[in-house]
Amino acid sequence: MPMNHAIFQTVCFLVFAGAAALSALGVIGFKNTVHAVLSLVLTFFSAACVWLLLQAEFLALALVVVYVGAVMVLFLFVVMMLDIELEPLREGFIRYLPVGIGAAVIMLFEMLGIIGVRAMNVPAGPNPAGASNIEWLGQALFTHFLLPFEIAALILTVGLVAAVVLALRTRTFSRRQDPARQSAVRAATRLRMVKMPAVKPAPAAAEKETAT
Amino acid sequence: MTPAHSDVFIFFLTLAKILAIAVPLIIAVALYVWWERKVIGWMHVRMGPNKIGPFGLLQAFADVVKLLIKEIVTPTNANRFLYFAAPLLAVIPALAVWAVVPFDHGVVLADINAGVLFLLAMTSLGVYGIILAGWASNSRYAMLGAMRSAAQVISYEIAMGMALVCVLILAGSLNFSAIVAAQAGHKGLFDWFWLPLLPMFFVYFISGVAETNRLPFDVAEGESEIVAGFHVEYSGSAFALFFLAEYANMILVSFLAPILFLGGWLSPFQGWHLGWLSQPGWWWLAVKVFVFATAFLWIRATFPRYRYDQIMRLGWKVFIPIAIVWIFVAGCLRYFGWVTTGH
Amino acid sequence: MKRIIAYLKSLLLLELFAGLWLTLKYLFRPKYTMRYPMEHIPQSVRFRGLHALRRYPNGEERCIACKLCEAVCPALAITIDSAPRPSDGQRRTTRYDIDLFKCIYCGFCEESCPVDSIVETNIYEYHFERRGENVVTKPQLLAIGDRYEKEIAAARAQDAAYR
Repeated sequence: MPMNHAIFQTVCFLVFAGAAALSALGVIGFKNTVHAVLSLVLTFFSAACVWLLLQAEFLALALVVVYVGAVMVLFLFVVMMLDIELEPLREGFIRYLPVGIGAAVIMLFEMLGIIGVRAMNVPAGPNPAGASNIEWLGQALFTHFLLPFEIAALILTVGLVAAVVLALRTRTFSRRQDPARQSAVRAATRLRMVKMPAVKPAPAAAEKETAT
Repeated sequence: MTPAHSDVFIFFLTLAKILAIAVPLIIAVALYVWWERKVIGWMHVRMGPNKIGPFGLLQAFADVVKLLIKEIVTPTNANRFLYFAAPLLAVIPALAVWAVVPFDHGVVLADINAGVLFLLAMTSLGVYGIILAGWASNSRYAMLGAMRSAAQVISYEIAMGMALVCVLILAGSLNFSAIVAAQAGHKGLFDWFWLPLLPMFFVYFISGVAETNRLPFDVAEGESEIVAGFHVEYSGSAFALFFLAEYANMILVSFLAPILFLGGWLSPFQGWHLGWLSQPGWWWLAVKVFVFATAFLWIRATFPRYRYDQIMRLGWKVFIPIAIVWIFVAGCLRYFGWVTTGH
Repeated sequence: MKRIIAYLKSLLLLELFAGLWLTLKYLFRPKYTMRYPMEHIPQSVRFRGLHALRRYPNGEERCIACKLCEAVCPALAITIDSAPRPSDGQRRTTRYDIDLFKCIYCGFCEESCPVDSIVETNIYEYHFERRGENVVTKPQLLAIGDRYEKEIAAARAQDAAYR
């Protein structure tokens, strides 16, 4: 059975890794932008599955929650709204191909180098028995790496504020409604209740009034 | 499970367990539709379905048969592959979530440590079905519905996730069974998380209503504005799948609200020595789920639909600030030991 | 201060709970539903349903082909042809058609009739299965009148004081 298990894991890895590679090709290969975004989603999902095989379930699920569940939805949102002319995008393909290949090769070597360095060091295995992956990650993040973590959070917040400041412009002619003020409206601010007698006064009384 | 069991046996056992969850779930969806029509009928001073079967109980099943034998229409110029993949993308996550939902102590298909994360991951995948349905239909109404739905689901996912974070801080675990266990105690229902996390309890449930695109947050469908929103072009069994996904998600939220905030299968009289009334059991969870599922319908029958910008304001300007403040409060509660968790 | 109170009110969802309480009360109210095929709503004697042509008690048809109903009909649903009757030379209709698709059941024909011939009965459960059946002809109308004469006469008698 352990043998079976190992084979099953290998098969799973090959399937997920293959799906990730193929869908990554699809991202740059599909003509339709929505299809490209969707295959990027599939890439993320397959990568998450590979991480699950490595028992990094927190990272895997966080990838799905953050990237697949939120970031890619926004991507899709934008891409669906755009009306992209496909032909001009493909014009420079051959011209820029050598540059692209060069960059890819350099990146590949860099990545191999990092993996090689990591592999030469003692494989990090500080995961203490008994504690779950998530607890261990939390411990590491909030003790050893607290400062980098907080700085990263701060940088992201600054980016967020900057994006809002860049994009927000108050237009003077806009007829924006403010739901807060709308829902705060009471009947008394819009309506004045007037007390009136329901029936007209008798003719005699009316005559007297006109006389005076 | 002894080693004598072969892999094949385990495979079929798991398959049987999956069926034991999925089939009752689908039947529950049918009954839920019946109950919805009944409750809303009663609130409208009508009777609701009462012709087919006793109390009209078989009405939902008759509707299922009707939907399944209807013709599936595909719009011209629709993207056929995505058009038919969309209902599947909606229904698969809706069913997959149930793998981590516990029904009683230890009665769960996959008792994984990251249960809450798995839940968040799966619910966030459900939105793809809606968006792709809207885009692939090649219809303006469907597109508008998909856009609204995408924005709404993403916004409320944040508030919902923050409400979950508060629960996680108090429970100290991502496992549903552990979260329920952390609500055990001797003070009855005052041991549950709804008391220290009262605002989060409301934020969670209201976000749950918004996440499932139910009234009063159903701008994705908005019959009076955009006909039926993202599923305007769907008919027959493809539409039935969207329907199934929506109602399965409603039942899911009705399950999670009690598990996270109201002690799951724990008795509201735990520790009060009231005999069997103080014993935990699946029936308590069933009662709580029923109450929440009915609350969905009650809310639907009561409130008019929100305007789109009002929904966005509620999510971003009300729920998220409250949630951020309450995460801090929950952290304090936990750090200073003001809330006791577990026995 | 008012602002703060309004703020607290909206934060505590008071208005929403008031709404929920209202619908909850309605949940337990007696229902208004009529289970239609088994139960019927009580009908007025002035109900305007399917048309009928009446006869006098001696069997003579009332209609004298004055065509007032045809003239008054706002939907142009009535078509009448007339000729002297061969047996005694009296003016009678040879054709009296009502297109029930055009008819708006306003009851003007009934009111204009000087001899109470064309009437609207309280029958409302009828249907057509084939194209063309929506035009009811003179023999059909007379047959309806013959069949329901008792009910029609009773309804007229009850309402006579107000006509």
